[in-house]
This record gives sequence, C-alpha cells and structure tokens, in this order.
Amino acid sequence: MNTMIDTYLTDALGPLPFCPGCGHDPLLKALDKALVKLQLDPKKTVIVTDIGCIGLADRYFTTHGFHGLHGRSITYACGLKLARPELTVIVLKGDGGCGIGGTHLLNVARRNIDITLLVANNFNYGMTGGQHSVSTPFSGITATTPMGNVEAAMDLCGTAVAAGASWAYRGTTFDKDLPDRIEEGITQPGFSMLDIWEMCTAYYMPRNQLKKKDLVDIMERSNFTYGLVANNPRPEYGAHYRATYGATAAPEHKQPAIEPKFGNNVNRQTGIVVAGSAGQKIISAAGLMARASMYSGLTVTQKDDYPITVMTGHSISEIIVSPERIDYTAIEVPDYFILISKDGLMKARSRIEQLPSTCTLYAEQSLELPPTRAKVIRLPMIETAKKVNRLSIGVLALAAFVKDAGLFASDAFAEAITVFQKPAIAEINLRALEAGSALIHTNQEVKPCP
Amino acid sequence: MGLEFIEGNEAIARGAMMANCNFFAGYPITPSSSILQYMLSQLPRVGAVAIQAEDEIASIGMCIGAAMAGCKVLTATSGPGISLYSENIGLAVIGETPLVIVNVQRQGPATGAATKGAEGDILFTRWCTSGGLPMIVLSPANVAEAYELTYRAFNLAEQYRVPVFLLTNKEVSVTRESVDLEQVELPPLVDRRRATMDEQYLPYRFEALHDVPEFSAIGDDRITRFTTSSHDEAGYLTSNPEEIQRMIDHYAAKVEDAGDDIALVKQDIESGAEVLMISYGITSRSVAVAAKMMREQNRKVSVLTLQSLYPVPKAAINNALAGIKKVVVPEMNTGQYIQEIERLAPTGVEVIGVNKMDTTLISPNEIIQGGGLL
Repeated sequence: MNTMIDTYLTDALGPLPFCPGCGHDPLLKALDKALVKLQLDPKKTVIVTDIGCIGLADRYFTTHGFHGLHGRSITYACGLKLARPELTVIVLKGDGGCGIGGTHLLNVARRNIDITLLVANNFNYGMTGGQHSVSTPFSGITATTPMGNVEAAMDLCGTAVAAGASWAYRGTTFDKDLPDRIEEGITQPGFSMLDIWEMCTAYYMPRNQLKKKDLVDIMERSNFTYGLVANNPRPEYGAHYRATYGATAAPEHKQPAIEPKFGNNVNRQTGIVVAGSAGQKIISAAGLMARASMYSGLTVTQKDDYPITVMTGHSISEIIVSPERIDYTAIEVPDYFILISKDGLMKARSRIEQLPSTCTLYAEQSLELPPTRAKVIRLPMIETAKKVNRLSIGVLALAAFVKDAGLFASDAFAEAITVFQKPAIAEINLRALEAGSALIHTNQEVKPCP
Repeated sequence: MGLEFIEGNEAIARGAMMANCNFFAGYPITPSSSILQYMLSQLPRVGAVAIQAEDEIASIGMCIGAAMAGCKVLTATSGPGISLYSENIGLAVIGETPLVIVNVQRQGPATGAATKGAEGDILFTRWCTSGGLPMIVLSPANVAEAYELTYRAFNLAEQYRVPVFLLTNKEVSVTRESVDLEQVELPPLVDRRRATMDEQYLPYRFEALHDVPEFSAIGDDRITRFTTSSHDEAGYLTSNPEEIQRMIDHYAAKVEDAGDDIALVKQDIESGAEVLMISYGITSRSVAVAAKMMREQNRKVSVLTLQSLYPVPKAAINNALAGIKKVVVPEMNTGQYIQEIERLAPTGVEVIGVNKMDTTLISPNEIIQGGGLL
C-alpha cells in the first residue's frame, strides 16, 4: 500500500545551503509543498537544474536529479521528456540562465513541450559576484552596473508567451499561494513557466536597498503582469509528434537490391564527367547511369558539384566505373566528358581545354567549344530533348554516350530507369533513352554477362 | 539488402539504426544534413524520436538528456557545429553519457570553402572540450566503413559510457558508392551495463579505475543523479581533492586502458619494406593507389590505415614502424595526426607529411612526389 509522501526534500546533505534570507529557500519549500500536494512518484519525477546558486537545489530532493550546463537546462529537460513521456520534468533556472539560454526558452515555448520551468529570478548573478542579468531592473545597481543599469529588463513571461508559451505566471517568493501556483504549472499539459521574483540577500538586495514591497512596485513600473500572464492550452509537442509522425512515418527505407545481369566492356577504372545545368536532372540521370553500371557488374562512385543556390547555375556529376574496387575517387583525366549546357561549359571550361586526345567529348551542338584535343562528338541534345521532355535531357545525353562508348548496354540503363523511377517518370526517361540512343548510328557490341 | 548505390551519410544513419539508436537531435549543416533527414524519416517509424533542434547546443543537450533517460543517441554535424557542441561534450565526459557524435568534416576554418572536403578537425576532435580527457575517435574511409564504424561507435559508447566520435569527411559522406551492406560483418550489439538491484544505488560507483559504473536511467526504479560538477560516487558535489583526482583518473583510465580493445587498423605490411605510409579516412584510398604504383615499380612499401585515431593505436603503429626508415603521412590538413606519429617514431626515422587543404583530394601522385617515394 502506498504511503503518503510528506516531503520531497531530504536532509541527507544537511539544510538547504543558501545565504540567510535568500529567496531560493522559500522557492524550493514552495516547490516541495506543490510536490506533496501532487504526490508525484519520485521515480517518475526529475528536477533539472541550471548553473548558479539554484543549481545546488536538485540534490536536496528525493526525485531524480540532473544538473547541467549554464543556460542549457531546458535542452536536457526536453531530451528527458521526449525520451520518457511518463516523466514529470521540472526545470530550476536563474535569471542568468534565461539570458544565456534565451533561445531554448523561446523554442520550448514555441514547441510546447510538457516541462515546467521555475525561474528563480533575483535580478543578478549571485554565484559569480552579483553581475547584472537580462532581468536586472532599469537603473538597478550590480557589480557590472555600478552607476545603474542602462539596459531594459526582459519580460521573461511576456517573451515566452510571445513565443507561444501555453501557460505563464509571475509572482514572488512572498506570495502565500505560491505552492498552489507551482502545482498548477506542473499539471498544465504543455510548457508552463513561473517567473518567481525573489531576494538575493548577498548582492542585489543590499546594493539596491530592495524591500519586499519593491518587487511588486518594479513589476508595475516595468508594466509586467503580476499573477497569471497567459493560459492558452494547445497540443503538447511530444503527444502531437507521436500521434502525427508515428502514424504517418515513412516506411522502412529499402532500396531495390541490384543484381548484375548485363555484361560490360570495362577493363580499367574509367572516369566520366557530366556537365549541365540545374534543372536538367543531371545528378539523377548520372545516378541512374551509375546503377546501370552496377547492373552490368561494375563498381561505381559518383560525386556531384553544384552551387548552394541549387536551382541555378551548373550541375556536374563525376562517375567512376571499374571492374575492381575504386580507391581514389577523383577524376584527374576524364575518359569521357558529356557537356550538355552553357552553365556546364562555363564551370568546366579550363578542364575541357585540358582534355587529352584519349578523351571523347560529347557536346551539345549549339555550344561554342574552347580548343580541346579531345575527340568531339556533337549532338543535338537540346533539340532532341524538346521532343521528349526537356527535363529528360540528362538521360538523353547519357543514353547517347552509353550507346556510343559501349562500356555497358543501353538495356542496363533501361533497367535502372524502370526499377528506380516512378512509372510516370520512367516512361518519359525510357523515351529519352531511346531518343538519345538514336542519335548514335554506330553499334558497339557489349560482352554478355559472364 | 544486396548491392545498393548510397552515400556515406545514409550508411551512417543505417549503421545507427542497426545499433538500435532510438533518439536523434541535430541541426542542419552541410555536408551532414542528410543524416538528420534520414533519421527524421526513420526513427518515428519505430516509435522513437528524431528532432531538428533550434541550434547545435540544443541538439547535443537533448541527446544527453535522452541518453540519461536510457536512449541510444546520435547527433551529427560538421566542424563548426562541434565548436558549439564543445561544452556539452565535456558534460558527457563528466556525466559518463553514452553518445555518438558524427563530424562530417568540411574545409575551414569557420565557414571556409563551404562546403568542400577537408580533414582539418583531427586534433580539434581529440581536444574538443575543456579538461583534456581522452576521447574515442573512429574514421571511416568508405561507405561500408561508415556503416560499420557507426555501429561500432555505438558499442564503444555503451561499453565505456563516453561520447564517441565518428570523424568523417564530405568526401566519404556525400560520395555515392556501390556497396552491399549485408556483406559488412558487425560484432554483437553491446548495451550499457545496467544496475543490479541493491539497497543503495550509487550512480558513479566503480572499483578499479577503468571500471564503468552501472547505469540506471532517469525514470527507472532507482533514484539517480547526473551532474556537470565534480562529484563523488553518489553523484554529489565534492571538493575533496582525493575524490576529484580519483574521478579524473577514472575518466582517463576507462578509455586509455581500453586502447587495445578500441584499436582498429588495417595493415598491409610488406616484408623488408623501409617505407611506411600511414593514413586514415578518404586519403587512405589515395595511399592504396600510391602503394600499388610503387609496387608496380618493384618498390617495397608498407601501409597502415587507421580506422581508430584515438586513443592512438600505439601498438599497431609501433609494430608497423619496425624496420622502417621513412614514414609518409598524407593528410587533408596542415599536418595534424603526423604529430602522433612523430611522437612514436624512433630517432633517425624520417617522418614526412604530405599536406593540403585546398578542397581537393590528395592524389596518389602527390603522395609519391611529396613523400619522395619514386
């Protein structure tokens, strides 16, 4: 039979370690009262602390404890909650942590992950000597604002609410109902935060002669809401994630396996460069040709080069085919060069100028070529592709190359297209394969599959 | 599976799936983004979570949280992202968090020649966080190894409760290759040793320094504590110099004493060779071609390829150095791992680096010329 838990605080390490009068003490006792009211299972509860004096707190609780880096407590809390949705996750963070970890506050609020954030807001960095923080009131005196703070204080709740926080509350450690408000925050189904203003008796209070009643005065002066700031329930991230992605997730990723079934005439490592433009499906066509070489019993590598603005400029693929393992994956001297567009020419001009006489260059007939020693075969790629589908120009040009070079069979290319493309696209590309092959009038005999 | 045509990044993601990875958080950065996309498409299918975080700090932070809740976690980035991971990598060391981190290196520093290949992060990965404790770093040379070493990285992370790096390169990660992953032999899966039931669970208890503490997840039946601070066996803050030193020695011993277990190398030792080429990652493939070219000219040469960079596989390197007069170390950086080789090479052995970081691969000819090998 379960017995009631009458406190979640442990005195194993002695009393709470904070300075006399420090607001962390009543804050943690209010948290304890809230936990007692909720009777949460300590094994299913974790207190995540940030850096700062408040970072000393987790070990005084009988729940699981996680003490992380400065400003990052929300990120660990999110990882814990996403991994184990059954956990109650409570984050204790100072105002300093809200500054350095500001983006995490914005994003947990935006995502609405079910964690509860308690900000122990005492307007300065207590652990490092009382420097100013993002929440130091305007004109407040701190170690780093000795003549008064000239920065405006951040409205932590307002900021979180602007980012989408579903529940936010602002109060002080002097509020009698603080345990109830913490309890309310913990029971909210999404992200909830409590910005709790308190005294740092070591630094901020003496430097600013701060009194209990000043806290609410500063809120009013700053135009910050005292009490409930927002209560806008909306779907919790983790539950929404599991319902949405769990149900509609992609099927297990499986590519069709390639069984070599065609022959080839490749007896050494052979480098093929394809140079065209964005939008010509160069990478995809080269990938299909690469798979065609695999159907022909070859080993293959493919490297692609294109600008980061992917829908404009050049698109170049380098394919190496070999009867053996391919080690060095760069093509220093291409054996074949397929030049489809002006963009490809502009990018590869100096390379084309340096092609040796052992290389065959298949070039779109309308291009003005630089001087080259390569054997040039000019083909009406653009004009022919227009008759099929201009997006199929890559397959069309490579089909002409495959037929002319005779490294492997056009049938292998057709197989790759049929297996790896959706039927509607495959149908177009098979026509492009035919049209490209028809540009070549010689016939190379490809050895059958051994 | 059979023969497929895939890039290194897909192989990394599939290696992680084979290792039962069930949490991924990452932030887009070329050339690692396709790992994020693959994990986002696959993990929800098995009821697990993959998330694109708001930045790299949140990515690794979420991973550490999930790992301490019991998940097997992966994150992936490129060199600039490792800069942002840095502080949390230290947290994973001190908190003894199993975590696999992929660094798909690209040319730098900073944004560099985005997003071309290089291997400028070798020493950075080794010394990537404050405190200077040892790291485990694996480096694949091709798509099949990207798959295998990712899987092995999970095993090492689980076994030793440490962050483990898979240090790859754009040239391995986004080059597609024909490969049959079914042919890759994988060792049995390792899971972190779980706490046995006892009265008082101490989350950081160990006997011998190299022993790995028993794990109990946050959310399991034993109350546990995790902390970024110097702590005792119970996970409580300590300022006792003896306790602090014992923990530091423990973090170091876990990895260093396991050096032989972690070491992964490929040796191609030619009897009587006085020249040795040592390399790792994509450059080892140029070395293989250079060695072939030398042997065709009847020159004797030995080749050592490192799949694990850290802890430095000293025994294998010393073994390969026997009888060697000249060592050539080609690297796509200004000369980083060569420093480890220089430390080990006996006096009188010439150690030559072949280096560039111009975004292109080091060619076999450059190795032969730079090393004065033919």
